[in-house]
Amino acid sequence: MNPNFLDFEQSIADLEAKIEALRFADKNSELNINEEINRLRLKSRKLTESIFTSLTPWQISQLARHPQRPYTLDYIERIFTDFQELHGDRAFADDPAIVAGIARLDDRAVAVIGHQKGRDTREKVRRNFGMPRPEGYRKAMRVMKTAERFQMPVITLIDTPGAYPGVGAEERGQSEAIARNLYTMASLRTPIIATVIGEGGSGGALAIGVGDRVMMLQYSTYSVISPEGCASILWKSADKAALAAEAMGITADSLLRLGLIDKIVSEPLGGAHRDVSAMAASLRQALLLSLEQLRGMSVEQLLAARYARLMQYGKFDETR
Amino acid sequence: MSWFDKLLPPKIKSSGAGRKAVPEGLWRKCPGCNAVLYSAEIESNMDVCPKCDHHMRIGARRRLDLFLDKEPRTEIGANLHPVDVLKFKDSKRYRDRLDEAQKATGEQDALVVIHGRLLGSPLVAAAFEFGFMGGSMGSVVGERFVKAIDTCVEHDLPLVCFAASGGARMQEALLSLMQMAKTSAALTRMAARALPFVSVLTDPTMGGVSASFAMLGDVIVAEPKALIGFAGPRVIEQTVRETLPAGFQRSEFLLDHGAIDMIVDRREMRDKLLVILSLFMDARSQIQFPAA
Repeated sequence: MNPNFLDFEQSIADLEAKIEALRFADKNSELNINEEINRLRLKSRKLTESIFTSLTPWQISQLARHPQRPYTLDYIERIFTDFQELHGDRAFADDPAIVAGIARLDDRAVAVIGHQKGRDTREKVRRNFGMPRPEGYRKAMRVMKTAERFQMPVITLIDTPGAYPGVGAEERGQSEAIARNLYTMASLRTPIIATVIGEGGSGGALAIGVGDRVMMLQYSTYSVISPEGCASILWKSADKAALAAEAMGITADSLLRLGLIDKIVSEPLGGAHRDVSAMAASLRQALLLSLEQLRGMSVEQLLAARYARLMQYGKFDETR
Repeated sequence: MSWFDKLLPPKIKSSGAGRKAVPEGLWRKCPGCNAVLYSAEIESNMDVCPKCDHHMRIGARRRLDLFLDKEPRTEIGANLHPVDVLKFKDSKRYRDRLDEAQKATGEQDALVVIHGRLLGSPLVAAAFEFGFMGGSMGSVVGERFVKAIDTCVEHDLPLVCFAASGGARMQEALLSLMQMAKTSAALTRMAARALPFVSVLTDPTMGGVSASFAMLGDVIVAEPKALIGFAGPRVIEQTVRETLPAGFQRSEFLLDHGAIDMIVDRREMRDKLLVILSLFMDARSQIQFPAA
């Protein structure tokens, strides 16, 4: 099995392996081989297209957690210039599970904040698998308050399995740190654009996810609890994660339909990791467009619209 | 009947029928000290064990009944009913779970809000019904909480909320997560009008409720020994792979770690909160607000 491909992509992996084999095959009948390679490439593309037009929510959540999926720093590098990382919550520690800083988007100075996962084992551990502790959220808030003073728009990139459930995190007030961010972001006097780039895991995601525009990459997910967590509580078995993913409607499509997000940013064929530059370019376009849409609004208009948006969350019956 | 039985006064005679006539629930066992206690005695003590002071869990109506003056009382948001937008089904349908919870508790959803008085002072008080799907927060809970704040802002009233919740309601999926943002955002309006919010954390206050408005009180009070935290103890144990210290995530632990302001005995709650709210409301009366 090729680890670059998920289980539902194995037929694509097989084709790609054939293409690779042919490319290094005997050069004697070069013309025929090229024809064969082109034929297989087309076939692979068609196959990918057909697999990716009917992905299940569970398959999408596997893509959202793909080991090669681009993370916050991959986007920062490709979308922004002059990025200066700012460290620490000024109280306890620097949490590497959240990256925060100031940078330029086009020529505009902005603040960028995002969850950061690690690529190799050492880095994964250092970044705590993208699960922030309270100091991560407090660092995010500190940088947002700075951005507010300088009227810099805040851009957040969401990609976390959730806030870290550990002893120290509880001791230092994980709940309060998340709650304080929700409260602060609701009335932060500068535009906020939040984008889910991978896993939007519950309160740990929402804690940097309140904004004037909320977007999701096509194969990202956003949910109140992980499919595994939901399955183990409601189905009493983590094996039912696929069912839970289905029931909770965690994909960008269903959340757009529910009116909980504003926009879906399309991914390259096969997912963001297949063409990181193309993905970064379209995310950049989407961010610029959102900023442009918010540019004409006064701070008061912005806050009123953000408040109205937060208040319309929820579905219920109202009788007289 | 023997001559001895005839001599006995009727009330001493033991009879099986008589014992069965004792109503069920006359005696209750304290979960804190295992003492078997006379129900009426516990009830008259606000559901606090007279032997060990264990604060037993109580429902939303009982909570508000103990806390508020008898009248006036006006319920807020009683006309809001939960709906199953996602057609959510696990081993049971969400709609069936709602029906069961509504039948079992007599409530439409897990938060009850009353506009009333505390020792003569007007306020809005909200309480969670833990018996309703673990006091979980869905759309109706969020909307009722916002309506509570609307009433406070409209009539210049303080807000007290008694939390008792396992967190967000999974069956409403992301809609329930968004209630965290909604309720927290609404509190900015209380702050803008200098209206105090006292958050009372009772056993248990976890997850999405703890990580939103419940931790945003101007003053945060907890009942003794309540379980309060973000992640549940079992989840943490699985993550760190060690047994948690005794008292972890209990009110006393949170007080030690600076997360809450004070622990207040249920029997002193009314008096204590009146003092706190009066201080804020007195200070507020000196503030000049710009005309709305």
